[in-house]
Amino acid sequence: MRVLVCVKRVPAVAGRITLTDDERAIDTKYVGFQVGPHEECAVEEAVRLVEAHGGESVVLTLGPAEAVEQLRDAMAIGATRAIHLVTDGEDWDAESTAGAIVDAIREDEAANGPFDLVLLGNEAADSGGYQVAVRIGRILGRPTVTGIKGLTVAGGTARCEQEAGAGRDVYEVRTPALVAVLEGINLPRYPSVPGRIRAKSKPIATSSPARPAQRLEMLRLVVPATEAKQAQILGRGAAAAPAVVELLASVGVL
Amino acid sequence: MATVLVLVTAAEGAGDKVALQALTLGRQLAAGDAVHALVLGDEAVASEIGAWGATSVHVAKHPALDVPAPDAAARILDDLAGSLGADVVIGPGTDEGNTILARTAARGGLPFAANCTVVTAGPPVSVTRSRWGGSLLEEAVINAERAVLTVAAHVIEAVGTGGSAPVTTFSPQLDDADLAVRVVGRVPAPAGGVSLSDAKVVVSGGRGAGSSDGFGPIVELASLLGAAVGCSRAVTIAGWRPHTEQVGQTGTKIAPDLYIAAGISGATQHLAGTKGAKRILAINKDGEAPIMTAADYAVLGDMAEVLPAISAEIRRVRGA
Repeated sequence: MRVLVCVKRVPAVAGRITLTDDERAIDTKYVGFQVGPHEECAVEEAVRLVEAHGGESVVLTLGPAEAVEQLRDAMAIGATRAIHLVTDGEDWDAESTAGAIVDAIREDEAANGPFDLVLLGNEAADSGGYQVAVRIGRILGRPTVTGIKGLTVAGGTARCEQEAGAGRDVYEVRTPALVAVLEGINLPRYPSVPGRIRAKSKPIATSSPARPAQRLEMLRLVVPATEAKQAQILGRGAAAAPAVVELLASVGVL
Repeated sequence: MATVLVLVTAAEGAGDKVALQALTLGRQLAAGDAVHALVLGDEAVASEIGAWGATSVHVAKHPALDVPAPDAAARILDDLAGSLGADVVIGPGTDEGNTILARTAARGGLPFAANCTVVTAGPPVSVTRSRWGGSLLEEAVINAERAVLTVAAHVIEAVGTGGSAPVTTFSPQLDDADLAVRVVGRVPAPAGGVSLSDAKVVVSGGRGAGSSDGFGPIVELASLLGAAVGCSRAVTIAGWRPHTEQVGQTGTKIAPDLYIAAGISGATQHLAGTKGAKRILAINKDGEAPIMTAADYAVLGDMAEVLPAISAEIRRVRGA
């Protein structure tokens, strides 16, 4: 089985967000980088599929030179090799991103045969566009299922589970297919030290696609105004219990 | 003036609340021009949405639409947008709406702006849209002849007009390729437990619980209050609790009357899931934790001492 998994390098945002002077990016002087939670799970799922079925898992990113760190992270937990579409760090809209990934898929498949599955996170942690997977699927003429929390592949069919109401809806699609996954589909492993060492010698193919004119053209980012609340202190330690129970009664939840 | 087409999805036999919010936005953008609504299959929904601002309702009837089939929905929406000459196509910013509108844009070779909070008529249409689960906003323009977008959930208030609209039923053209992605079965939920997204009270624990055993007092208090148990991402990553209990940007978004957050620092990722909570009570050793600026009430102290004391007090009060 051949599995491609697509990831995006994003800032490890935790507390208050500050922007760069041109208001087009998050100021990352004091924050690290990672791939989003959905994508961490997509990488884990790709590695597990290949552990179970044999074959290779290829990790792909479109991002700046530094995104090689995220490719090495994915290879440290088991991805076989990597494809890096190198940008100058400027934001790419989802349509351009999907186009560049399609070109890379076609090039790899011309040499190595089709990917049975292309896995992505359901939406990018930063831009939240909800569309790269379906755009790739549309161009390649392959079925795409999104919002997936359970995946099994057998006999050329991918069985995909999606939370719906109190239960789960089940989709079955023929491979090759695209699956956009959600965090919770698995619990990603941590990379081992030997895994990290092996990742250093795994191959990364690089190319530098041209950034097309942006049709969803980002002008600027804005940190939303939030009223910083001043929490009313009900007390300290166990002694606060009566005040808490009074609160529970007053809001009608006791 | 703009011709607007809104996809109205159904939830529990009525128009989805977010879809009604999309209709309100659609009416603003149309500025007196036509507001068309597309309903997939459900005539009960169709009859009510004239009261929410649609001026014309189109109901697609097809046997394949009994279950979710997002490519079929996109085909129908794209075809209808084409025949109406729609300038703007809007859907609800739900999982269902986002995947259908993304597929519609992909079919039509158009850009797609997900989860918009503000939309200004064009051309070109300009939007403000949600990033990082609402922790950051993006101002953007849609450089295309037709704007395809979804409305972020619960940002715009749905305003009824009390009007009514003519309902037209039609049989859409669908090919096998449109039905390749379609629900073929259902797995029921495991029995028991309170649904996190619908719970009136949620009691959550974070890294401060210290271990999976540290959730004992949380589960105890939740059961006394008939509340759902939640947790932060740090907890699910550590394997202490299942992901189904995770509250946050990549977990469940909650909207309880009261949210009790114990031992949770309040990272951006977590707070993106708690914006719908009416009141937040934080229990934390650290009075400077970010959760304190999101909370309405706070108890300063170790959750391992505070939570059992609250449970004991509830028992005492109820016993009296």
